[in-house]
Amino acid sequence: MSLRGGPRAFALLALVCAALGSAVAARAEPRSPAHGTLAPAGPAQAPGPARPSGAPAPRARASLPDIEREVMCPVCGVPLNLADSPQADRERAFIRALIAQGRTSAQIKQALVTQFGRGVLALPPSHGFDAAAYLVPLAAVVVLVALVALLLSRWRRRGRAAAPATPALPTDEARHLERDLARYDL
Amino acid sequence: MRRALIPSLVAVCAAGLLGVLVYGVAARSHSRTLDDAVAHGQRPPAPDRSLPLLQGGGQRRLADYRGQVVVVNFWASWCTPCAEEAPLLNRTQAALSHIRGTIIGVTFRDLSSDSLAFMSEHHSTYPSLRDVDGKLAQAYGTTQLPETFVLDRSGRVAAISRGEVSSDFLRRAVALAQSS
Repeated sequence: MSLRGGPRAFALLALVCAALGSAVAARAEPRSPAHGTLAPAGPAQAPGPARPSGAPAPRARASLPDIEREVMCPVCGVPLNLADSPQADRERAFIRALIAQGRTSAQIKQALVTQFGRGVLALPPSHGFDAAAYLVPLAAVVVLVALVALLLSRWRRRGRAAAPATPALPTDEARHLERDLARYDL
Repeated sequence: MRRALIPSLVAVCAAGLLGVLVYGVAARSHSRTLDDAVAHGQRPPAPDRSLPLLQGGGQRRLADYRGQVVVVNFWASWCTPCAEEAPLLNRTQAALSHIRGTIIGVTFRDLSSDSLAFMSEHHSTYPSLRDVDGKLAQAYGTTQLPETFVLDRSGRVAAISRGEVSSDFLRRAVALAQSS
Protein backbone atom coordinates (compact mmCIF):
# COMPACT_ATOMS: atom_id res chain seq x y z
CA MET A 1 0.00 0.00 0.00
CA SER A 2 1.45 3.31 -0.95
CA LEU A 3 0.81 6.40 1.08
CA ARG A 4 1.12 9.07 -1.51
CA GLY A 5 0.21 12.50 -0.28
CA GLY A 6 -2.52 13.71 2.03
CA PRO A 7 -5.85 12.09 1.04
CA ARG A 8 -4.80 8.49 1.66
CA ALA A 9 -2.95 9.36 4.83
CA PHE A 10 -6.01 11.08 6.18
CA ALA A 11 -8.27 8.22 5.09
CA LEU A 12 -6.04 5.88 7.08
CA LEU A 13 -6.14 8.28 10.00
CA ALA A 14 -9.94 8.45 9.87
CA LEU A 15 -10.08 4.64 9.81
CA VAL A 16 -7.87 4.38 12.91
CA CYS A 17 -9.94 7.05 14.68
CA ALA A 18 -13.19 5.28 13.86
CA ALA A 19 -11.84 1.95 15.12
CA LEU A 20 -10.54 3.46 18.35
CA GLY A 21 -13.71 5.49 18.84
CA SER A 22 -15.94 2.47 18.48
CA ALA A 23 -13.72 0.54 20.89
CA VAL A 24 -14.06 3.29 23.48
CA ALA A 25 -17.81 3.57 22.91
CA ALA A 26 -18.23 -0.17 23.35
CA ARG A 27 -16.28 0.03 26.60
CA ALA A 28 -18.41 2.92 27.87
CA GLU A 29 -21.71 1.16 27.23
CA PRO A 30 -23.53 0.31 30.43
CA ARG A 31 -23.64 -3.37 31.04
CA SER A 32 -26.81 -5.22 31.68
CA PRO A 33 -26.72 -7.55 34.68
CA ALA A 34 -26.53 -10.50 32.31
CA HIS A 35 -23.38 -9.04 30.74
CA GLY A 36 -21.94 -8.19 34.11
CA THR A 37 -22.11 -11.71 35.45
CA LEU A 38 -18.85 -13.51 35.47
CA ALA A 39 -19.17 -17.10 34.44
CA PRO A 40 -15.93 -19.06 34.26
CA ALA A 41 -14.96 -19.85 30.68
CA GLY A 42 -15.35 -23.52 30.00
CA PRO A 43 -16.57 -26.06 27.48
CA ALA A 44 -19.90 -25.38 25.87
CA GLN A 45 -22.80 -26.90 27.73
CA ALA A 46 -24.79 -29.70 26.21
CA PRO A 47 -28.15 -28.49 25.04
CA GLY A 48 -30.79 -28.98 27.69
CA PRO A 49 -34.52 -28.75 27.62
CA ALA A 50 -35.76 -25.70 25.78
CA ARG A 51 -36.51 -22.68 27.96
CA PRO A 52 -40.12 -21.53 27.74
CA SER A 53 -40.34 -18.32 25.76
CA GLY A 54 -40.39 -15.24 27.98
CA ALA A 55 -38.67 -17.02 30.89
CA PRO A 56 -35.68 -15.09 32.25
CA ALA A 57 -32.23 -16.34 31.25
CA PRO A 58 -30.46 -18.26 34.02
CA ARG A 59 -27.95 -16.04 35.86
CA ALA A 60 -24.35 -17.14 36.13
CA ARG A 61 -23.00 -17.00 39.66
CA ALA A 62 -20.55 -14.27 40.51
CA SER A 63 -17.25 -15.34 41.98
CA LEU A 64 -15.03 -13.60 44.50
CA PRO A 65 -11.76 -13.81 42.47
CA ASP A 66 -13.44 -12.25 39.43
CA ILE A 67 -14.96 -9.38 41.42
CA GLU A 68 -11.72 -8.87 43.36
CA ARG A 69 -9.97 -8.09 40.08
CA GLU A 70 -12.51 -5.43 39.14
CA VAL A 71 -12.82 -3.44 42.35
CA MET A 72 -10.46 -1.51 44.59
CA CYS A 73 -9.76 -1.67 48.28
CA PRO A 74 -10.62 2.03 48.92
CA VAL A 75 -8.58 2.23 52.12
CA CYS A 76 -5.47 0.55 50.68
CA GLY A 77 -5.71 2.25 47.26
CA VAL A 78 -4.92 -0.95 45.33
CA PRO A 79 -7.07 -3.51 43.51
CA LEU A 80 -8.78 -5.78 46.02
CA ASN A 81 -7.05 -8.90 44.68
CA LEU A 82 -3.69 -7.34 45.64
CA ALA A 83 -4.80 -5.91 48.98
CA ASP A 84 -3.83 -7.61 52.20
CA SER A 85 -5.29 -5.68 55.10
CA PRO A 86 -8.13 -6.06 57.62
CA GLN A 87 -10.18 -3.51 55.62
CA ALA A 88 -9.72 -5.58 52.46
CA ASP A 89 -10.82 -8.69 54.37
CA ARG A 90 -13.97 -6.87 55.51
CA GLU A 91 -14.71 -5.90 51.90
CA ARG A 92 -14.20 -9.53 50.82
CA ALA A 93 -16.57 -10.69 53.55
CA PHE A 94 -19.15 -8.16 52.28
CA ILE A 95 -18.77 -9.51 48.73
CA ARG A 96 -18.97 -13.13 49.91
CA ALA A 97 -22.20 -12.37 51.78
CA LEU A 98 -23.74 -10.90 48.62
CA ILE A 99 -22.57 -13.86 46.52
CA ALA A 100 -24.20 -16.17 49.07
CA GLN A 101 -27.43 -14.21 48.57
CA GLY A 102 -27.23 -15.01 44.85
CA ARG A 103 -26.46 -11.47 43.66
CA THR A 104 -24.90 -11.02 40.24
CA SER A 105 -21.52 -9.41 39.70
CA ALA A 106 -23.15 -6.17 38.50
CA GLN A 107 -25.40 -6.05 41.55
CA ILE A 108 -22.47 -6.64 43.88
CA LYS A 109 -20.44 -3.89 42.23
CA GLN A 110 -23.42 -1.55 42.53
CA ALA A 111 -23.65 -2.41 46.24
CA LEU A 112 -19.95 -1.60 46.61
CA VAL A 113 -20.50 1.73 44.84
CA THR A 114 -23.32 2.47 47.31
CA GLN A 115 -20.90 1.81 50.16
CA PHE A 116 -17.71 3.40 48.86
CA GLY A 117 -18.64 5.56 45.85
CA ARG A 118 -17.61 5.10 42.21
CA GLY A 119 -13.94 5.13 43.19
CA VAL A 120 -14.31 1.52 44.30
CA LEU A 121 -14.49 0.40 40.67
CA ALA A 122 -11.06 -0.43 39.28
CA LEU A 123 -11.91 1.02 35.86
CA PRO A 124 -12.33 4.79 35.88
CA PRO A 125 -15.73 6.09 34.76
CA SER A 126 -16.02 7.25 31.18
CA HIS A 127 -17.42 10.70 31.99
CA GLY A 128 -16.15 13.89 33.56
CA PHE A 129 -12.46 14.39 34.14
CA ASP A 130 -11.93 10.62 34.50
CA ALA A 131 -12.77 10.25 30.80
CA ALA A 132 -9.24 11.59 30.25
CA ALA A 133 -8.01 8.09 31.14
CA TYR A 134 -9.54 6.92 27.83
CA LEU A 135 -9.30 10.09 25.76
CA VAL A 136 -5.65 10.99 26.37
CA PRO A 137 -4.25 7.67 25.09
CA LEU A 138 -6.70 7.87 22.17
CA ALA A 139 -5.54 11.40 21.35
CA ALA A 140 -1.91 10.33 21.66
CA VAL A 141 -2.43 7.46 19.21
CA VAL A 142 -4.24 9.73 16.74
CA VAL A 143 -1.46 12.33 16.92
CA LEU A 144 1.23 9.69 16.48
CA VAL A 145 -0.52 8.17 13.46
CA ALA A 146 -0.92 11.67 11.97
CA LEU A 147 2.76 12.38 12.54
CA VAL A 148 3.86 9.08 10.98
CA ALA A 149 1.58 9.68 7.97
CA LEU A 150 2.96 13.19 7.47
CA LEU A 151 6.57 12.08 7.86
CA LEU A 152 6.09 9.13 5.50
CA SER A 153 4.65 11.30 2.76
CA ARG A 154 7.43 13.84 3.26
CA TRP A 155 10.18 11.19 3.09
CA ARG A 156 8.67 9.71 -0.07
CA ARG A 157 8.57 13.11 -1.78
CA ARG A 158 12.13 13.84 -0.72
CA GLY A 159 13.30 10.42 -1.93
CA ARG A 160 11.66 10.91 -5.31
CA ALA A 161 13.23 14.34 -5.74
CA ALA A 162 16.70 13.08 -4.84
CA ALA A 163 16.66 10.06 -7.26
CA PRO A 164 19.02 10.68 -10.24
CA ALA A 165 17.31 10.94 -13.61
CA THR A 166 18.25 8.19 -16.11
CA PRO A 167 20.72 9.67 -18.60
CA ALA A 168 19.59 9.52 -22.18
CA LEU A 169 21.71 7.41 -24.55
CA PRO A 170 23.18 8.99 -27.62
CA THR A 171 21.01 8.33 -30.72
CA ASP A 172 23.32 5.85 -32.47
CA GLU A 173 23.91 3.87 -29.30
CA ALA A 174 20.18 3.71 -28.70
CA ARG A 175 19.60 2.39 -32.20
CA HIS A 176 22.33 -0.19 -31.61
CA LEU A 177 20.68 -1.31 -28.39
CA GLU A 178 17.27 -1.60 -30.09
CA ARG A 179 18.77 -3.80 -32.73
CA ASP A 180 20.48 -6.05 -30.20
CA LEU A 181 17.33 -6.40 -28.20
CA ALA A 182 15.32 -7.26 -31.31
CA ARG A 183 17.83 -9.99 -32.11
CA TYR A 184 17.25 -11.63 -28.74
CA ASP A 185 13.49 -11.20 -28.92
CA LEU A 186 11.94 -14.66 -28.61
CA MET B 1 4.66 27.26 7.11
CA ARG B 2 4.46 23.47 6.65
CA ARG B 3 7.88 23.07 8.27
CA ALA B 4 6.49 24.60 11.44
CA LEU B 5 3.39 22.36 11.44
CA ILE B 6 4.86 19.30 13.15
CA PRO B 7 6.75 21.12 15.92
CA SER B 8 3.62 23.22 16.57
CA LEU B 9 1.47 20.09 16.73
CA VAL B 10 3.90 18.41 19.13
CA ALA B 11 4.07 21.55 21.30
CA VAL B 12 0.26 21.80 21.47
CA CYS B 13 -0.05 18.12 22.40
CA ALA B 14 2.66 18.41 25.06
CA ALA B 15 0.99 21.51 26.51
CA GLY B 16 -2.37 19.71 26.51
CA LEU B 17 -0.97 16.66 28.30
CA LEU B 18 0.79 18.89 30.82
CA GLY B 19 -2.47 20.76 31.45
CA VAL B 20 -4.36 17.50 32.04
CA LEU B 21 -1.61 16.35 34.44
CA VAL B 22 -1.62 19.61 36.41
CA TYR B 23 -5.41 19.67 36.62
CA GLY B 24 -5.53 16.01 37.73
CA VAL B 25 -2.95 16.57 40.47
CA ALA B 26 -4.60 19.80 41.63
CA ALA B 27 -8.08 18.26 41.68
CA ARG B 28 -6.95 15.33 43.80
CA SER B 29 -4.58 17.08 46.13
CA HIS B 30 -5.75 17.68 49.66
CA SER B 31 -6.70 21.20 50.61
CA ARG B 32 -5.02 22.90 53.54
CA THR B 33 -6.79 26.24 53.09
CA LEU B 34 -8.99 25.61 56.16
CA ASP B 35 -5.94 25.11 58.37
CA ASP B 36 -4.30 28.28 57.06
CA ALA B 37 -7.44 30.35 57.64
CA VAL B 38 -8.04 29.00 61.15
CA ALA B 39 -4.35 29.47 62.02
CA HIS B 40 -4.76 33.16 61.10
CA GLY B 41 -7.76 33.53 63.40
CA GLN B 42 -10.32 33.47 60.59
CA ARG B 43 -13.45 31.36 60.52
CA PRO B 44 -13.94 29.98 57.01
CA PRO B 45 -17.35 28.60 56.05
CA ALA B 46 -17.53 24.87 56.70
CA PRO B 47 -17.59 22.80 53.50
CA ASP B 48 -20.90 21.00 53.21
CA ARG B 49 -22.62 18.32 51.16
CA SER B 50 -25.87 16.45 51.38
CA LEU B 51 -24.99 12.98 52.67
CA PRO B 52 -26.95 9.87 53.67
CA LEU B 53 -27.50 9.30 57.37
CA LEU B 54 -25.82 6.19 58.75
CA GLN B 55 -28.64 5.48 61.16
CA GLY B 56 -31.98 5.21 59.39
CA GLY B 57 -32.75 6.73 56.03
CA GLY B 58 -32.66 10.20 54.61
CA GLN B 59 -30.03 12.77 53.87
CA ARG B 60 -28.59 15.52 56.01
CA ARG B 61 -26.30 18.49 55.54
CA LEU B 62 -24.17 20.17 58.17
CA ALA B 63 -26.22 23.28 57.41
CA ASP B 64 -29.23 21.50 58.93
CA TYR B 65 -27.52 21.88 62.32
CA ARG B 66 -26.93 25.63 61.96
CA GLY B 67 -27.60 27.41 65.24
CA GLN B 68 -25.81 24.69 67.19
CA VAL B 69 -22.15 24.21 68.03
CA VAL B 70 -21.22 21.24 65.83
CA VAL B 71 -18.24 18.96 66.36
CA VAL B 72 -17.62 17.20 63.04
CA ASN B 73 -15.64 14.01 63.56
CA PHE B 74 -14.37 11.96 60.60
CA TRP B 75 -14.04 8.32 61.61
CA ALA B 76 -14.16 4.70 60.44
CA SER B 77 -14.65 1.38 62.17
CA TRP B 78 -11.21 0.19 61.02
CA CYS B 79 -9.44 3.17 62.61
CA THR B 80 -7.83 2.29 65.92
CA PRO B 81 -7.48 5.87 67.27
CA CYS B 82 -11.17 6.39 66.43
CA ALA B 83 -12.01 3.59 68.88
CA GLU B 84 -9.72 5.15 71.47
CA GLU B 85 -11.34 8.56 71.28
CA ALA B 86 -14.92 7.20 71.25
CA PRO B 87 -15.45 7.43 75.06
CA LEU B 88 -14.29 11.07 75.03
CA LEU B 89 -16.66 11.88 72.16
CA ASN B 90 -19.54 10.24 74.05
CA ARG B 91 -18.84 12.40 77.11
CA THR B 92 -18.55 15.47 74.87
CA GLN B 93 -21.90 14.68 73.24
CA ALA B 94 -23.53 14.56 76.67
CA ALA B 95 -22.00 17.95 77.53
CA LEU B 96 -22.93 19.50 74.18
CA SER B 97 -26.58 18.56 74.61
CA HIS B 98 -26.74 21.13 77.45
CA ILE B 99 -25.48 24.02 75.30
CA ARG B 100 -27.37 23.40 72.03
CA GLY B 101 -24.61 21.48 70.38
CA THR B 102 -23.97 18.07 68.90
CA ILE B 103 -21.31 15.83 67.45
CA ILE B 104 -21.83 14.84 63.82
CA GLY B 105 -19.81 11.80 62.85
CA VAL B 106 -18.78 11.38 59.22
CA THR B 107 -17.77 7.88 58.22
CA PHE B 108 -14.96 7.58 55.73
CA ARG B 109 -14.40 4.59 53.44
CA ASP B 110 -16.27 2.28 55.74
CA LEU B 111 -18.94 -0.35 55.25
CA SER B 112 -22.17 0.92 56.81
CA SER B 113 -22.70 -2.39 58.64
CA ASP B 114 -19.23 -2.07 60.20
CA SER B 115 -19.88 1.57 61.13
CA LEU B 116 -23.15 0.64 62.84
CA ALA B 117 -21.48 -2.20 64.71
CA PHE B 118 -18.75 0.21 65.84
CA MET B 119 -21.32 2.72 67.13
CA SER B 120 -23.21 0.01 68.94
CA GLU B 121 -20.02 -1.40 70.49
CA HIS B 122 -18.91 2.04 71.71
CA HIS B 123 -22.43 3.15 72.77
CA SER B 124 -22.24 6.22 70.53
CA THR B 125 -25.57 7.92 70.06
CA TYR B 126 -24.78 11.01 68.00
CA PRO B 127 -25.80 11.07 64.31
CA SER B 128 -23.31 10.08 61.64
CA LEU B 129 -23.31 10.80 57.93
CA ARG B 130 -21.80 8.52 55.30
CA ASP B 131 -19.28 10.32 53.11
CA VAL B 132 -19.69 7.69 50.41
CA ASP B 133 -17.42 9.13 47.74
CA GLY B 134 -15.05 10.88 50.16
CA LYS B 135 -15.76 14.33 48.66
CA LEU B 136 -16.59 15.94 52.01
CA ALA B 137 -13.40 14.55 53.55
CA GLN B 138 -11.48 15.92 50.57
CA ALA B 139 -13.06 19.35 51.05
CA TYR B 140 -11.88 19.31 54.68
CA GLY B 141 -8.39 18.20 53.62
CA THR B 142 -8.79 14.96 55.55
CA THR B 143 -5.97 12.54 54.81
CA GLN B 144 -5.92 10.32 57.87
CA LEU B 145 -8.37 9.42 60.58
CA PRO B 146 -9.59 10.60 62.98
CA GLU B 147 -9.96 14.33 62.33
CA THR B 148 -12.21 16.74 64.19
CA PHE B 149 -13.56 20.17 63.20
CA VAL B 150 -15.49 22.41 65.53
CA LEU B 151 -18.09 24.67 63.86
CA ASP B 152 -19.66 27.70 65.47
CA ARG B 153 -23.38 28.40 65.41
CA SER B 154 -23.06 30.14 62.03
CA GLY B 155 -21.56 27.06 60.37
CA ARG B 156 -18.00 28.39 60.27
CA VAL B 157 -14.89 26.41 61.20
CA ALA B 158 -13.55 27.60 64.57
CA ALA B 159 -10.95 24.90 65.35
CA ILE B 160 -9.29 21.88 63.75
CA SER B 161 -7.70 18.78 65.26
CA ARG B 162 -6.00 16.40 62.86
CA GLY B 163 -5.34 13.11 64.62
CA GLU B 164 -6.79 11.70 67.82
CA VAL B 165 -8.68 14.47 69.59
CA SER B 166 -7.89 15.45 73.19
CA SER B 167 -10.27 16.59 75.91
CA ASP B 168 -8.24 19.79 76.26
CA PHE B 169 -8.72 20.64 72.57
CA LEU B 170 -12.46 19.94 72.72
CA ARG B 171 -12.95 22.08 75.82
CA ARG B 172 -11.09 25.06 74.32
CA ALA B 173 -12.58 24.66 70.83
CA VAL B 174 -16.18 24.39 72.03
CA ALA B 175 -15.70 27.46 74.24
CA LEU B 176 -14.24 29.32 71.23
CA ALA B 177 -17.14 28.27 68.99
CA GLN B 178 -19.66 29.41 71.61
CA SER B 179 -18.02 32.80 71.91
CA SER B 180 -19.07 33.96 68.45
